[in-house]
Amino acid sequence: MDYLLTEEQKMIKDLAHKIAEEKIRPVAAKYDISEEYPWDVLKVMAESDMFGLFIPEEYGGFANSVMNLCLATEEFSRACGGIAVCYAASALGTFPIVLFGTDEQKKKYLPDLAKGKKVAAFAITEPEAGSDASGIKTVAKKEGNHYVLNGLKHFITNGGDAETYVVIAMTDKTKGARGASAFIVEKGTPGFTFGKKEDKFGIRASSTRELIFTDCKIPAENLLAKEGMGFIVTMRTFDMSRPGVAAQALGIAQGALELAVKYVRERVQFGKPISTFQGIQWMLADMATEVEAARGLVYSTARMVDAGVKDVSKESAMAKMYASDVAMKVTVDALQLFGGYGYMKDYPIEKYVRDAKITQIYEGTNQVQRGIIALKLIKEMAK
Amino acid sequence: MNIIVCIKQVPETTEVRINPETNTLMREGVKSIINPFDMYAIEEAVRLKERFGGKVSIVTMGPPQADSALREAISIGADEGYLVCDRAFAGSDTWATSYTLAGAIKKMGSFDLIICGKQASDGDTAQVGPGISTHLDIPQVTYVKKVEEATDKHMRVERMLEEGYEIIETPLPALLTVVKEINEPRIPSLKGLMRAKSAKIVILTQKELALDPQQIGLCGSPTQVVKIFTPQPRAGGQMLSGEVSDIAKKLVDLIKDEVI
Repeated sequence: MDYLLTEEQKMIKDLAHKIAEEKIRPVAAKYDISEEYPWDVLKVMAESDMFGLFIPEEYGGFANSVMNLCLATEEFSRACGGIAVCYAASALGTFPIVLFGTDEQKKKYLPDLAKGKKVAAFAITEPEAGSDASGIKTVAKKEGNHYVLNGLKHFITNGGDAETYVVIAMTDKTKGARGASAFIVEKGTPGFTFGKKEDKFGIRASSTRELIFTDCKIPAENLLAKEGMGFIVTMRTFDMSRPGVAAQALGIAQGALELAVKYVRERVQFGKPISTFQGIQWMLADMATEVEAARGLVYSTARMVDAGVKDVSKESAMAKMYASDVAMKVTVDALQLFGGYGYMKDYPIEKYVRDAKITQIYEGTNQVQRGIIALKLIKEMAK
Repeated sequence: MNIIVCIKQVPETTEVRINPETNTLMREGVKSIINPFDMYAIEEAVRLKERFGGKVSIVTMGPPQADSALREAISIGADEGYLVCDRAFAGSDTWATSYTLAGAIKKMGSFDLIICGKQASDGDTAQVGPGISTHLDIPQVTYVKKVEEATDKHMRVERMLEEGYEIIETPLPALLTVVKEINEPRIPSLKGLMRAKSAKIVILTQKELALDPQQIGLCGSPTQVVKIFTPQPRAGGQMLSGEVSDIAKKLVDLIKDEVI
């Protein structure tokens, strides 16, 4: 399907495709096994200006565009969902600064992030605060010109490898959700350390760690927006980043579909390529249609965000939920088409199933997304 | 250091189709790319520029669509592109091509170094690079796999041989042809692609170059392609069986009968 991309968008997509095929696909299995952080690939992305795609030009980026981010993330994910998320998670950690940073904060942090000299991360999740973010226990107490952070974040993508963190902590516990605030914390700040690295089912090239804050003193100017705006920062950030997660899911699905089509044309049974069997063809047709439908939803949402439409919560949730459900179904079907070979680690397809699963879970489970969508629908009807 | 890189646009596929009547390449429907060996030449030139300053100029001889090869070179760090393009140059063999490119290089101005890929993936002759150095009367070092040392006056390089390598020192200006072991070509940057899109490509025709008409194009080409064909596949071998000593004896007999 032709999405009538601009010249610039085509250039971004083609370049990301080239990086994916030449630099990501050949090392995808290696990093899946070793679980090392793929610095060499991120360096290539950085040198190709990929980290500038979601940062405004005046701060050293290329343009602040969610569509750009989606095009790049989709292409990277076709080759490896794990390496792609190292990239996309840096966007997630960067968006709060782009959206809510003061000019000084932007000047201080964005140029290095745009050039990929530093990677970012976003930290809200805690052991007892997943979908229910109001359960956050990490606190930030103001003392003179500083805030002192205490608490534990976990499941933080890029944790330990990122240099720039946006951390959500409670500045006033009595106010519940309105008592949370967002802070920029730099790696190396005394009192800021890292806990265990998670051993994951999929996206194993990416790092997922605990962040530990023990009397971690940060300058008061590292507060993003105002005290009490932590959840607004989070929600607005997720509205921007959910299309990115959707694009990751879309790329994983597209990658699995391509591998499956290639395989069924080569695999011969009963004297014919199995692609000649109607049962196989119908599966392929459904997979391709669902992937295309997901792409339509993802691109449309990304374009809405870029056009400045204020409330995109419903569409963002739809794109993330639908694309990740499609990714799960399409990767499982692709593995089925590979038959017994698909179940073996010698073939690349089982990794796609493992990588797809997380997209239904993180940045709000798909159950939470359905809640957001339904609530919006009901509210719209009540108007 | 001012460096000139000579590149060639070639068909992407290795299965080139030949027009049986004219014995020339059929380019229709085949995607064109920069000759893979030339990518290493461009990368090495850009790396030298990053170390020593100066500029990298790319030159290619070809049809108007070779413009895209020059822009691709600019997207990975070259500064400017020259397209040597004229019907008068059509049908050039390696001699006429190297004469014409040498003429273009003289027109492009002063340089310290010329880098070429070791050979083109379509013709595989490896003659144009050395031909250019001959026409320009400068030293050449072929099959370079590493630049060990470079100043603006001289260069010390490792030259690959079938077994091992030799170290060669040459004064500049000189011409190098490079092998794929020399570096890993970079992926373009978005800013590079943007720059390439708007870059001005200088077109050099016979009018600007005013070359000897007897030495260019088909009539300046001593090589005449008489026939191009795919060789017949070799017949299958013969398997010998039995005791080792018997096999050895049979083998010696067979060799005596067949060849000697």
